Amino acid sequence: MVEENSATRLATVLAEHQGPILEHWNDTVGATLRGRLTKSELKRQISDLYAGLRSTLESGSTSLDGPRGAELLALLNELSGSRARHSFSVSETAISIFAVKDALNAVTGGDDKIVSKADFAEFSSFIDKLGLRTVEAYVTARETIITEQSEQLLELSTPVVKLWDGVVAVPIIGTLDSARSQVVMERLLQTLVDTGSPYAILDITGVPAVDTQVAQHILKTVVAAQLMGAQCIISGIRPQIAQTIVALGIEFGEIVTKANLADALQYALRASGVEVRRTTKSVR
Amino acid sequence: MDRVPILVLGDVLLVSIQIDLEDQLALHLQEDLAEKISASSAHGVIIDITALDIVDSFVGRTLATIAAVSKVLDAETVLVGMRPAVAITLVELGLTLRGIRTALNVEHGLRLLRDLRAADEFEPDDEDEVTADDSAASR
Repeated sequence: MVEENSATRLATVLAEHQGPILEHWNDTVGATLRGRLTKSELKRQISDLYAGLRSTLESGSTSLDGPRGAELLALLNELSGSRARHSFSVSETAISIFAVKDALNAVTGGDDKIVSKADFAEFSSFIDKLGLRTVEAYVTARETIITEQSEQLLELSTPVVKLWDGVVAVPIIGTLDSARSQVVMERLLQTLVDTGSPYAILDITGVPAVDTQVAQHILKTVVAAQLMGAQCIISGIRPQIAQTIVALGIEFGEIVTKANLADALQYALRASGVEVRRTTKSVR
Repeated sequence: MDRVPILVLGDVLLVSIQIDLEDQLALHLQEDLAEKISASSAHGVIIDITALDIVDSFVGRTLATIAAVSKVLDAETVLVGMRPAVAITLVELGLTLRGIRTALNVEHGLRLLRDLRAADEFEPDDEDEVTADDSAASR
């Protein structure tokens, strides 16, 4: 038999006033989320949490250690994770937890006979603990999402496309940093081996700035390709970047540079012995 | 002592390195190739390093020497099948293997040798033009 303490007294109150408290809680949270979550989904989350709260309190403890607390924490993690994925803010997520205090207060009308001041203080600190855990879980979930997204972005942002038999191209969009240059270099070189393409075009039309370090990375890629027996052509250098390159004193040496991707492709085709000719017949 | 086998393909010598190229082995290869070139009067040498994980500075220099020796004996050397990781490492080390021709694989290497040969025989001054025409004809 669990001895009578504030936790079990609270559990009894929560059991007796379940209907009104749940409704009030639902309404408060629903108002802050402004319909970005379906009503049934929200209702399910809230009633799961309520059940978790009750069962933890019934065990006579307001601590989150122990099996009941772990169950409740799992619920909180799930809630925070789903809120983070649906891009709710931290406060919107935290309010989902804190609102239960208002709900309890509103339903009992602050009556000392139902919930004593001491019990309410105990309940409040318990919910505060839960709220903190929610925020923590939310931040963790957010960080995971950000890491995943930046990895996906890195993957997405370096496509190696085959333009012609024996000609592959990498259109680079965005800033080239060390990590990205490494990915570009490895993927490009691997594609050269896999497809047996002797020509590679590095198109940097979408690169806003080239500093010495980036230039260094590009040069390394080109030289590595040469070592493997393929030729790299750089295309799409913007006028400002060309000026920067010259001002910085970067030597591109014997590396072929072309104004745009079309010119680079034409060069590669010529070099590999393909003749491109416009026929007199117009396109129908 | 192991030796790297040298295969004769018409007037081309094919060396496919399948084991770690230790210093002594590289030197043996250099000697063997010089002998074989003059014995078979080959015009081209293809060294396939697809299986090599590591190319250190000594091996790099030996390969350059092999290319230079072959050139003196009137044979062009083409290094084929270098892995991306090897190429990246060499670049990071600052070894650019000057004087060695490279190709992606044996097939490209053979084509390159044939083009070079054709350029040599018909139009020594205009190498690029002939190279392009010749590979176009081969398609």
